[in-house]
Amino acid sequence: MSKLRVLFRTTAVRLSALYLILFSLCAAFLVFYVTGMSERLLQQQTRDAVTAEVAQIEQVYSRAGMNGLLRSLERRARQPGANLYVIAGPSGEILAGNVASLEPGLLDSEGWTERPFAYQRYTDENKKDSHVALAHVLVLDNGLRILVGRDLQEPQKFRALVRQALMVALGVMGLGALVIWFGIGRNALKRIDRMSEASTKIMAGDLSQRLPMSGSGDEFDRLSESLNAMLSRIEKLNEGLRQVSDNIAHDLKTPLTRLRNKAEAALARKGTSQRGALEEIIGESDQLIRTFNALLMISRVEAGSSVAEMSEIDLSQIVADCVELYEPVAEDAGLKLEADIAQNLAISGNRELVGQALGNLIDNAIKYAEGADNPLIRVSLEKLDGHVVLAVADHGSGIPEAMHDEVVKRFVRLDESRSKPGTGLGLSLVEAVMEMHHGSLRLADTVPSAEDGGKGLTVQMVFPMTAT
Amino acid sequence: MVARMKILIIEDDLEAAAYLAKAFREAGIVSDHASDGESGLFMASENNYDVLVVDRMLPRRDGLSVITELRRKGIHTPVLILSALGQVDDRVTGLRAGGDDYLPKPYAFNELLARVEVLGRRKGTPDQDMVYRVGDLELDRLSHSVRRQGKEIPLQPREFRLLEYLMKNAGQVVTRTMLLENVWDYHFDPQTNVIDVHVSRLRSKIEKDFDVPLLRTVRGAGYMIKDDRASA
Repeated sequence: MSKLRVLFRTTAVRLSALYLILFSLCAAFLVFYVTGMSERLLQQQTRDAVTAEVAQIEQVYSRAGMNGLLRSLERRARQPGANLYVIAGPSGEILAGNVASLEPGLLDSEGWTERPFAYQRYTDENKKDSHVALAHVLVLDNGLRILVGRDLQEPQKFRALVRQALMVALGVMGLGALVIWFGIGRNALKRIDRMSEASTKIMAGDLSQRLPMSGSGDEFDRLSESLNAMLSRIEKLNEGLRQVSDNIAHDLKTPLTRLRNKAEAALARKGTSQRGALEEIIGESDQLIRTFNALLMISRVEAGSSVAEMSEIDLSQIVADCVELYEPVAEDAGLKLEADIAQNLAISGNRELVGQALGNLIDNAIKYAEGADNPLIRVSLEKLDGHVVLAVADHGSGIPEAMHDEVVKRFVRLDESRSKPGTGLGLSLVEAVMEMHHGSLRLADTVPSAEDGGKGLTVQMVFPMTAT
Repeated sequence: MVARMKILIIEDDLEAAAYLAKAFREAGIVSDHASDGESGLFMASENNYDVLVVDRMLPRRDGLSVITELRRKGIHTPVLILSALGQVDDRVTGLRAGGDDYLPKPYAFNELLARVEVLGRRKGTPDQDMVYRVGDLELDRLSHSVRRQGKEIPLQPREFRLLEYLMKNAGQVVTRTMLLENVWDYHFDPQTNVIDVHVSRLRSKIEKDFDVPLLRTVRGAGYMIKDDRASA
């Protein structure tokens, strides 16, 4: 019972009920209108027929006199399915005709009987049988009354039949609609139930759950689809958050421990100058602050593009600036920073963030290509297949392809790079920046076939082209 | 020489404010302290400070609104904004509100000191010199040429701008971030010692063939260009 009540609360069923009521009202109106119309039409036909006969009878009377009239009426009365004919005396007694009895007083006034009346025929075996007819009374100059009438049984039957047919049709339609609506309502309810079931699980903490899809591509599927997309985003953010807190615990503990050890060591060194130790401690804290800043920056950038202002920026200029900024450092490391920049490439973006991202990539390239056989680091900016591609390619030891996705994650550092300075956040920031710019970050080998050992790493920042 | 600088620190963290006041005093700068936005606004309006150091988040009236209100009143004391929000756009909003410089927390005191000193000097002397001189080093801003002892030193455009900024603030410490901000116009963290490498290249160009060093590294702070013989 309560299930029925729940069902009735669904929008589908409520709307259906409303439609059903409206539909019934319309249908009822239709039934009455159609039957009324057909009745009126039939009555009109009856009247027309009677009027025509009365005119004929009048004509016969004036031409052939009483005898002719009687003959004519007799002939007419004997026809199968004949109309009613009565010849009555001035006082109303029936003299001739095909009617056994009439309602009394019917012949008193000339013209149309005001309403359908009951009568009996000679053929009726049961005296109780009565028929209903409409008639016209004619008073002749000799005082005789002639009634010409037409039975209304047929039209009445017809009317009843029409009404019945309409009622049955409407009933069937209404019932069908009810069944369909009930089905729709239940179906909707079932799917909603499944969706809320899934969301209950999700609320309980299982973010990997997804809302069910029927595959029909209807509005429920569309809703599920966008909710699922939202869930994926939430899951990703949540995962990122969890990873960050895990990594903060792990990766920040290390420098904090170092910091503490240094302070302790300085304290133990009695009397002597603690200046050097303090400087080291400040250096450690700076590195910590740097890590925190990078983390904060990533989360701010990831939180959404609304945070950072976007404007039309000259990417070519930024790339040139960065190359110029890092060129001496590369040279000091025995590397050659080479730039191949397509001029006047503008995108919609944030200058600082793009600069920081490219800075991170060049800094990485310098760090990991140091001492490589081929000292070339190539920074290129070009238009490619409707995208703006900014690439930094080095010939260092590269990253195994299986690890390409891995190194983008926060704090992930490959074993061989643990000894190098860095926060482990560089590529994460670049990826966040690219996401904010609706672009993507791609990692590839600089030399596809690794014949010569060092195949190098190429990192591409792929920006969408700004429509101008 | 410049008279002793007087600054106002508007900061609600009393411990931090006390530490700053002490550190500034040791650097020869007198400081007043206001612990909320309203009293800070009042003090800044009533007194003639050289620089205001304003925390962004303050009780009673937030830092940005203090600055906006001061600017509306026609008070153009240079303002340095301190903020725990360190992101790119916070800087933009801070500077848009009328701040002159922006320093995210946590900061090194040397960084703050260097910036306050540069801001304080900016107030006094409008920068109209066409030629900067430090000892026997001469930088001509119009012809973009640099000479030492009358001998032309060829510099790359960026090296010229680097030297120009250092000489504009001659005798004062400029930090690496200040150089990145003012010479390259970027505020991001370059990860490595990029600025040091640029400075050392510049240094080798202007000092290689000469006896007297001019460009000095200030440990834990940054760089300073100064002719030691000129100042007593």
